[in-house]
Amino acid sequence: MTTRVIHWFKFASPQSFYFLAGRLWPGFAAVAAVLMAVGLWISFFVAPTDAQQGQGYRIIFVHVPASQMSMFIYLVMAAWAGLGLAFNTRLSGMMASALAPTGALFAFLSLVTGALWGKPMWGAWWVWDARLTSELILLFLYLGFLALQSSIDDPRRADKACAVLALVGVVNVPIIYFSVKWWNTLHQGASVSLNSAPSMATPMLLGMLTMVAAFWMYTIAVALARVRNIILERERHTEWVKHAVE
Amino acid sequence: MQWNSVSDFFAMGGYAFYVWGSFGLTAAVMVLETLLIRSQRTELLRNLRNELLSERNSS
Repeated sequence: MTTRVIHWFKFASPQSFYFLAGRLWPGFAAVAAVLMAVGLWISFFVAPTDAQQGQGYRIIFVHVPASQMSMFIYLVMAAWAGLGLAFNTRLSGMMASALAPTGALFAFLSLVTGALWGKPMWGAWWVWDARLTSELILLFLYLGFLALQSSIDDPRRADKACAVLALVGVVNVPIIYFSVKWWNTLHQGASVSLNSAPSMATPMLLGMLTMVAAFWMYTIAVALARVRNIILERERHTEWVKHAVE
Repeated sequence: MQWNSVSDFFAMGGYAFYVWGSFGLTAAVMVLETLLIRSQRTELLRNLRNELLSERNSS
Protein backbone atom coordinates (compact mmCIF):
# COMPACT_ATOMS: atom_id res chain seq x y z
CA MET A 1 0.00 0.00 0.00
CA THR A 2 1.44 3.35 -0.93
CA THR A 3 0.76 6.52 0.98
CA ARG A 4 0.48 9.76 -0.92
CA VAL A 5 1.78 12.77 0.88
CA ILE A 6 0.08 16.09 0.23
CA HIS A 7 2.55 18.94 0.40
CA TRP A 8 0.13 21.49 1.81
CA PHE A 9 2.58 24.38 1.71
CA LYS A 10 2.70 24.12 -2.05
CA PHE A 11 -0.73 25.74 -2.07
CA ALA A 12 0.73 28.87 -0.49
CA SER A 13 1.87 29.80 -3.98
CA PRO A 14 -0.74 31.82 -5.89
CA GLN A 15 -0.16 29.67 -8.95
CA SER A 16 -1.04 26.39 -7.23
CA PHE A 17 -3.91 27.88 -5.29
CA TYR A 18 -5.42 29.41 -8.43
CA PHE A 19 -6.03 25.98 -9.91
CA LEU A 20 -7.07 24.40 -6.61
CA ALA A 21 -9.64 27.16 -6.04
CA GLY A 22 -10.83 26.64 -9.60
CA ARG A 23 -11.62 23.02 -8.86
CA LEU A 24 -13.18 23.69 -5.46
CA TRP A 25 -15.55 26.62 -5.84
CA PRO A 26 -18.19 24.93 -8.05
CA GLY A 27 -18.65 22.21 -5.43
CA PHE A 28 -19.18 24.78 -2.68
CA ALA A 29 -21.60 26.69 -4.89
CA ALA A 30 -23.63 23.55 -5.56
CA VAL A 31 -23.81 22.66 -1.85
CA ALA A 32 -24.78 26.27 -1.09
CA ALA A 33 -27.63 26.12 -3.60
CA VAL A 34 -28.98 22.88 -2.14
CA LEU A 35 -28.74 24.09 1.45
CA MET A 36 -30.38 27.39 0.49
CA ALA A 37 -33.29 25.55 -1.15
CA VAL A 38 -33.76 23.30 1.88
CA GLY A 39 -33.37 26.24 4.27
CA LEU A 40 -35.93 28.34 2.42
CA TRP A 41 -38.33 25.42 2.39
CA ILE A 42 -38.01 25.04 6.16
CA SER A 43 -38.25 28.82 6.64
CA PHE A 44 -41.58 29.14 4.89
CA PHE A 45 -43.26 25.74 5.00
CA VAL A 46 -42.00 23.89 8.07
CA ALA A 47 -41.32 26.53 10.70
CA PRO A 48 -44.60 27.42 12.43
CA THR A 49 -46.13 30.81 13.10
CA ASP A 50 -44.69 32.62 16.07
CA ALA A 51 -46.97 33.27 19.04
CA GLN A 52 -45.91 36.91 19.45
CA GLN A 53 -44.54 37.99 16.09
CA GLY A 54 -46.74 36.04 13.69
CA GLN A 55 -45.09 35.66 10.30
CA GLY A 56 -42.78 38.63 10.81
CA TYR A 57 -40.22 36.59 12.74
CA ARG A 58 -39.27 34.73 9.54
CA ILE A 59 -36.80 37.51 8.85
CA ILE A 60 -34.66 35.61 11.35
CA PHE A 61 -33.81 33.13 8.60
CA VAL A 62 -31.81 35.74 6.69
CA HIS A 63 -30.97 38.21 9.44
CA VAL A 64 -29.11 35.77 11.73
CA PRO A 65 -27.06 34.12 8.94
CA ALA A 66 -26.06 37.50 7.51
CA SER A 67 -25.07 38.82 10.94
CA GLN A 68 -23.10 35.72 11.86
CA MET A 69 -21.30 35.71 8.54
CA SER A 70 -20.42 39.39 8.83
CA MET A 71 -18.69 38.64 12.15
CA PHE A 72 -17.06 35.39 11.14
CA ILE A 73 -15.78 36.69 7.81
CA TYR A 74 -14.14 39.56 9.67
CA LEU A 75 -12.36 37.11 11.98
CA VAL A 76 -11.17 35.00 9.05
CA MET A 77 -10.15 38.10 7.11
CA ALA A 78 -8.17 39.39 10.09
CA ALA A 79 -6.55 35.95 10.49
CA TRP A 80 -5.41 35.90 6.87
CA ALA A 81 -4.22 39.48 7.14
CA GLY A 82 -2.29 38.65 10.29
CA LEU A 83 -0.67 35.62 8.65
CA GLY A 84 0.33 37.74 5.68
CA LEU A 85 1.84 40.34 7.94
CA ALA A 86 3.74 37.72 9.96
CA PHE A 87 4.97 35.45 7.15
CA ASN A 88 5.01 37.96 4.30
CA THR A 89 2.99 35.59 2.10
CA ARG A 90 1.29 37.18 -0.92
CA LEU A 91 -1.64 34.78 -1.00
CA SER A 92 -2.69 35.58 2.58
CA GLY A 93 -3.24 39.23 1.69
CA MET A 94 -5.12 38.15 -1.43
CA MET A 95 -7.46 35.97 0.64
CA ALA A 96 -8.17 38.83 3.03
CA SER A 97 -8.98 41.08 0.07
CA ALA A 98 -11.21 38.39 -1.42
CA LEU A 99 -13.27 38.14 1.76
CA ALA A 100 -13.73 41.84 2.48
CA PRO A 101 -16.48 42.69 -0.05
CA THR A 102 -18.60 39.70 0.96
CA GLY A 103 -18.21 40.57 4.64
CA ALA A 104 -19.19 44.17 3.97
CA LEU A 105 -22.29 43.08 2.07
CA PHE A 106 -23.36 40.78 4.90
CA ALA A 107 -22.84 43.53 7.48
CA PHE A 108 -25.02 45.77 5.33
CA LEU A 109 -27.68 43.06 5.01
CA SER A 110 -27.56 42.44 8.76
CA LEU A 111 -28.32 46.09 9.44
CA VAL A 112 -31.04 46.45 6.81
CA THR A 113 -32.86 43.17 7.56
CA GLY A 114 -32.55 44.09 11.22
CA ALA A 115 -34.18 47.46 10.54
CA LEU A 116 -36.94 45.75 8.54
CA TRP A 117 -37.50 43.50 11.54
CA GLY A 118 -37.23 46.27 14.11
CA LYS A 119 -39.75 48.61 12.53
CA PRO A 120 -42.81 46.35 12.95
CA MET A 121 -41.65 44.74 16.22
CA TRP A 122 -39.95 47.56 18.14
CA GLY A 123 -41.57 50.46 16.33
CA ALA A 124 -38.22 51.87 15.23
CA TRP A 125 -36.03 51.46 12.16
CA TRP A 126 -32.97 52.13 14.28
CA VAL A 127 -31.87 52.50 17.89
CA TRP A 128 -28.39 53.32 19.14
CA ASP A 129 -28.27 50.08 21.06
CA ALA A 130 -24.95 48.31 21.76
CA ARG A 131 -25.30 45.51 19.22
CA LEU A 132 -26.67 47.63 16.38
CA THR A 133 -24.06 50.34 16.90
CA SER A 134 -21.15 47.91 17.03
CA GLU A 135 -22.43 46.13 13.88
CA LEU A 136 -22.54 49.53 12.17
CA ILE A 137 -18.93 50.06 13.25
CA LEU A 138 -18.14 46.65 11.72
CA LEU A 139 -19.58 47.87 8.41
CA PHE A 140 -17.41 50.99 8.63
CA LEU A 141 -14.36 48.81 9.32
CA TYR A 142 -15.08 46.75 6.20
CA LEU A 143 -15.60 49.87 4.11
CA GLY A 144 -12.41 51.34 5.57
CA PHE A 145 -10.52 48.19 4.61
CA LEU A 146 -11.80 48.38 1.03
CA ALA A 147 -11.12 52.11 0.76
CA LEU A 148 -7.62 51.79 2.19
CA GLN A 149 -6.85 48.97 -0.21
CA SER A 150 -7.88 50.94 -3.27
CA SER A 151 -6.05 54.05 -2.10
CA ILE A 152 -2.59 52.42 -2.05
CA ASP A 153 -1.09 51.58 -5.42
CA ASP A 154 1.41 48.90 -4.47
CA PRO A 155 -0.61 45.78 -3.57
CA ARG A 156 1.94 44.49 -1.05
CA ARG A 157 1.94 47.78 0.86
CA ALA A 158 -1.83 47.95 0.63
CA ASP A 159 -2.05 44.46 2.11
CA LYS A 160 0.17 45.45 5.04
CA ALA A 161 -1.81 48.61 5.82
CA CYS A 162 -5.11 46.77 5.54
CA ALA A 163 -3.78 43.98 7.73
CA VAL A 164 -3.11 46.45 10.53
CA LEU A 165 -6.59 47.90 10.13
CA ALA A 166 -8.17 44.45 10.15
CA LEU A 167 -6.27 43.36 13.26
CA VAL A 168 -6.99 46.54 15.18
CA GLY A 169 -10.68 46.26 14.32
CA VAL A 170 -11.00 42.64 15.37
CA VAL A 171 -11.72 43.70 18.97
CA ASN A 172 -15.13 44.84 17.69
CA VAL A 173 -16.29 41.29 16.95
CA PRO A 174 -16.40 40.02 20.56
CA ILE A 175 -18.01 43.35 21.48
CA ILE A 176 -20.82 42.67 19.04
CA TYR A 177 -21.14 39.10 20.26
CA PHE A 178 -21.19 39.82 23.99
CA SER A 179 -23.04 43.14 23.78
CA VAL A 180 -26.39 41.56 24.57
CA LYS A 181 -24.89 40.01 27.70
CA TRP A 182 -22.78 42.95 28.88
CA TRP A 183 -25.25 45.79 28.37
CA ASN A 184 -28.93 46.41 28.82
CA THR A 185 -29.86 46.24 25.14
CA LEU A 186 -33.06 46.33 23.14
CA HIS A 187 -31.70 43.60 20.87
CA GLN A 188 -32.68 40.08 21.85
CA GLY A 189 -30.25 38.01 23.88
CA ALA A 190 -28.77 34.67 22.89
CA SER A 191 -31.33 31.93 22.25
CA VAL A 192 -28.73 29.32 21.46
CA SER A 193 -25.81 28.52 23.77
CA LEU A 194 -23.30 25.76 24.30
CA ASN A 195 -24.40 25.02 27.84
CA SER A 196 -28.17 24.74 27.73
CA ALA A 197 -31.02 23.67 25.47
CA PRO A 198 -32.08 26.24 22.87
CA SER A 199 -35.01 28.40 23.83
CA MET A 200 -36.34 28.19 20.29
CA ALA A 201 -38.74 25.71 18.67
CA THR A 202 -36.84 22.94 16.89
CA PRO A 203 -38.14 23.59 13.35
CA MET A 204 -37.17 27.25 13.71
CA LEU A 205 -33.73 26.32 14.97
CA LEU A 206 -33.30 23.84 12.14
CA GLY A 207 -34.23 26.43 9.55
CA MET A 208 -31.82 28.92 11.04
CA LEU A 209 -28.93 26.43 11.14
CA THR A 210 -29.57 25.30 7.57
CA MET A 211 -29.55 28.88 6.34
CA VAL A 212 -26.36 29.61 8.30
CA ALA A 213 -24.71 26.59 6.65
CA ALA A 214 -25.95 27.76 3.24
CA PHE A 215 -24.46 31.22 3.80
CA TRP A 216 -21.17 29.61 4.87
CA MET A 217 -20.93 27.56 1.67
CA TYR A 218 -21.90 30.58 -0.41
CA THR A 219 -19.18 32.67 1.25
CA ILE A 220 -16.49 30.06 0.62
CA ALA A 221 -17.54 29.69 -3.04
CA VAL A 222 -17.57 33.45 -3.58
CA ALA A 223 -14.23 33.99 -1.80
CA LEU A 224 -12.53 31.25 -3.84
CA ALA A 225 -13.92 32.66 -7.09
CA ARG A 226 -12.93 36.20 -6.19
CA VAL A 227 -9.41 35.28 -5.09
CA ARG A 228 -8.87 33.75 -8.53
CA ASN A 229 -9.58 37.16 -10.05
CA ILE A 230 -7.22 38.81 -7.58
CA ILE A 231 -4.48 36.29 -8.33
CA LEU A 232 -4.80 36.84 -12.09
CA GLU A 233 -4.71 40.60 -11.62
CA ARG A 234 -1.70 40.67 -9.34
CA GLU A 235 0.32 37.95 -11.05
CA ARG A 236 -0.43 39.17 -14.56
CA HIS A 237 3.24 39.51 -15.52
CA THR A 238 4.16 35.91 -14.76
CA GLU A 239 4.55 33.22 -17.39
CA TRP A 240 1.99 30.90 -15.88
CA VAL A 241 -0.75 33.55 -16.06
CA LYS A 242 0.09 34.22 -19.67
CA HIS A 243 -0.33 30.54 -20.42
CA ALA A 244 -3.46 30.24 -18.30
CA VAL A 245 -5.40 32.97 -20.09
CA GLU A 246 -4.71 31.84 -23.62
CA MET B 1 -47.84 23.59 5.79
CA GLN B 2 -49.78 26.47 7.29
CA TRP B 3 -50.75 28.67 4.34
CA ASN B 4 -54.43 28.65 3.53
CA SER B 5 -53.92 30.19 0.10
CA VAL B 6 -51.24 31.62 -2.18
CA SER B 7 -52.35 35.15 -1.33
CA ASP B 8 -51.94 34.33 2.37
CA PHE B 9 -48.39 33.28 1.62
CA PHE B 10 -47.59 36.54 -0.15
CA ALA B 11 -49.35 38.58 2.56
CA MET B 12 -47.17 37.04 5.32
CA GLY B 13 -49.73 37.89 7.97
CA GLY B 14 -49.43 41.61 7.27
CA TYR B 15 -45.63 41.64 7.36
CA ALA B 16 -45.23 41.23 3.59
CA PHE B 17 -43.14 44.38 3.07
CA TYR B 18 -40.72 43.51 5.86
CA VAL B 19 -40.35 39.77 5.21
CA TRP B 20 -40.26 39.89 1.41
CA GLY B 21 -38.15 43.02 1.55
CA SER B 22 -35.56 41.20 3.67
CA PHE B 23 -35.51 38.00 1.63
CA GLY B 24 -35.65 39.91 -1.65
CA LEU B 25 -32.76 42.19 -0.74
CA THR B 26 -30.66 39.24 0.45
CA ALA B 27 -31.34 37.34 -2.77
CA ALA B 28 -30.60 40.42 -4.88
CA VAL B 29 -27.29 41.05 -3.11
CA MET B 30 -26.18 37.43 -3.56
CA VAL B 31 -27.13 37.31 -7.23
CA LEU B 32 -25.47 40.66 -7.94
CA GLU B 33 -22.32 39.62 -6.13
CA THR B 34 -21.93 36.46 -8.20
CA LEU B 35 -22.65 38.34 -11.43
CA LEU B 36 -20.11 40.98 -10.48
CA ILE B 37 -17.38 38.41 -9.87
CA ARG B 38 -18.17 36.77 -13.18
CA SER B 39 -18.06 40.05 -15.12
CA GLN B 40 -14.81 41.04 -13.40
CA ARG B 41 -13.30 37.76 -14.52
CA THR B 42 -14.48 38.24 -18.12
CA GLU B 43 -13.05 41.75 -18.24
CA LEU B 44 -9.79 40.62 -16.66
CA LEU B 45 -9.35 37.78 -19.16
CA ARG B 46 -10.13 40.11 -22.06
CA ASN B 47 -7.58 42.65 -20.87
CA LEU B 48 -4.90 40.04 -20.27
CA ARG B 49 -5.44 38.48 -23.70
CA ASN B 50 -5.23 41.89 -25.36
CA GLU B 51 -2.01 42.60 -23.52
CA LEU B 52 -0.64 39.26 -24.67
CA LEU B 53 -1.59 39.94 -28.28
CA SER B 54 -0.09 43.40 -28.33
CA GLU B 55 3.09 42.06 -26.73
CA ARG B 56 3.41 39.44 -29.44
CA ASN B 57 2.63 41.88 -32.24
CA SER B 58 5.14 44.45 -31.12
CA SER B 59 8.02 42.03 -30.59
